[in-house]
Amino acid sequence: MLSIKNLHKQFGDLVVLDGIDLNVETGKVVVVIGPSGSGKTTLLRCLNVLETPNKGELQINNKVLDFSKKVTKKNIQAFRKQTGMVFQTYNLFPHKTAIENVMEGPVIVQNIPKQEARNKARQLLEKVGLGDKIDYYPYQLSGGQQQRVGIARALAMEPEVMLFDEPTSALDPELIGEVLQVMKELAEEGMTMVVVTHEMGFARDVADEVIFMEGGHIIERGHPADMFSRPSNSRTKEFLNLLSE
Amino acid sequence: MFPLSNLIIASAINMERYLDIFQSSFFPLLEGALARTIPLTLIAFSIGLMLAVITALFRLSGIKALEIIARIYISIIRGTPLLVQLYIIFFGLGSVGIEIDPFPAAIIGFSLNTGAYASEIIRAAIQSIPKGQWEASYSISMSYGQALRRIIIPQATRVSIPPLSNSFISLVKDTSLASTIMVTEMFRKSQEIVATTYEPLLLYTEAALLYWTICFLLSLGQDAIEKHLNRYVQT
Repeated sequence: MLSIKNLHKQFGDLVVLDGIDLNVETGKVVVVIGPSGSGKTTLLRCLNVLETPNKGELQINNKVLDFSKKVTKKNIQAFRKQTGMVFQTYNLFPHKTAIENVMEGPVIVQNIPKQEARNKARQLLEKVGLGDKIDYYPYQLSGGQQQRVGIARALAMEPEVMLFDEPTSALDPELIGEVLQVMKELAEEGMTMVVVTHEMGFARDVADEVIFMEGGHIIERGHPADMFSRPSNSRTKEFLNLLSE
Repeated sequence: MFPLSNLIIASAINMERYLDIFQSSFFPLLEGALARTIPLTLIAFSIGLMLAVITALFRLSGIKALEIIARIYISIIRGTPLLVQLYIIFFGLGSVGIEIDPFPAAIIGFSLNTGAYASEIIRAAIQSIPKGQWEASYSISMSYGQALRRIIIPQATRVSIPPLSNSFISLVKDTSLASTIMVTEMFRKSQEIVATTYEPLLLYTEAALLYWTICFLLSLGQDAIEKHLNRYVQT
């Protein structure tokens, strides 16, 4: 289980996260929505400790990071190992082929023998529908294919929680479906997921809970069916109306 | 009037003499290149490159003390003539009892020089790699060192090959300055032969052609490396 307690983050004077509390049960999918600047991406980046929160506590299973104390690099790395991150702009390693991208973490970080890592990487790429593209360099792949390699790369580290930061926002419309399909399958397999997205269809179909954020706060939370049909907060209503226009 | 035939005969005699001197000087010059110029370049560039990577990492470390050390080093080397640096290392240190043989003294001088200039190239190349590459590395739990070695440096290498090749080729030619501190590299050999033959135009042109040949071969090497490193980039 993932638990976030009283998480604060500011950049200089700008408060981006102003006391976030959130629990995600194992196997659940939480979709975070909200206008730009609401802090949703920063929240996700804090969970991967790409940003260091100023205050608060993160916990996944028995690994805890308490940011009111000094957090060591070792603690951060141990915590990070439990999360997999998928970036909006994929951030694949351009000098490595698809399969090398996926193998990199297991071989370099986990010291898994190359052949074993390669077999596992091939399976993961097959799983995301890229079994015939394993030796392609990123530039030879479409955006949707690159993002699926990105998902496989994160999965190769066998994370407890998968984090998706607007995974389809940089994609051409016709490529969005293939990425969402992979994410949906992951959810069905019981992966714990936190997804920042504007894809309301995905949220409706897959999410167990939807979180609406604004101004560094969680404004409203609920089951997608309830929240989309009758949002209780006026800001949520406004935002959802804007999206459906 | 000066008969034209005399001039032709004189030229023919000269031509023979030129060919003679060329023949007898070619192998000494080549030997200077193979025994001194090229080893000096290769050793100094290798050491210089190591210094450059360390200096670049110092500058990017975010640790004030290391940054200042790197800045001072770069500033001194870039702010003083290479010839003066060589004189300080060889004659200057020699005069206070720190006697270094000509060849090692030249290695020290050229390594320090290459290190400072190349460190700026490497720093720029590292900084040119998008931040997302660091983040992706960290997101799969890599350490700073792993990210640097596996992800950042390989990509920065590609970016830095053209400017580093410039430095390398400059270094080949700069080694002629070692002639002033008693290293019998190619240019000094040509000077020695001029002293006995009194044919500066011929000998220095010959030396120039040899430098040009070495640099031309190096630029072919550069092309091959660039082609290899560009395999993962859309063309």
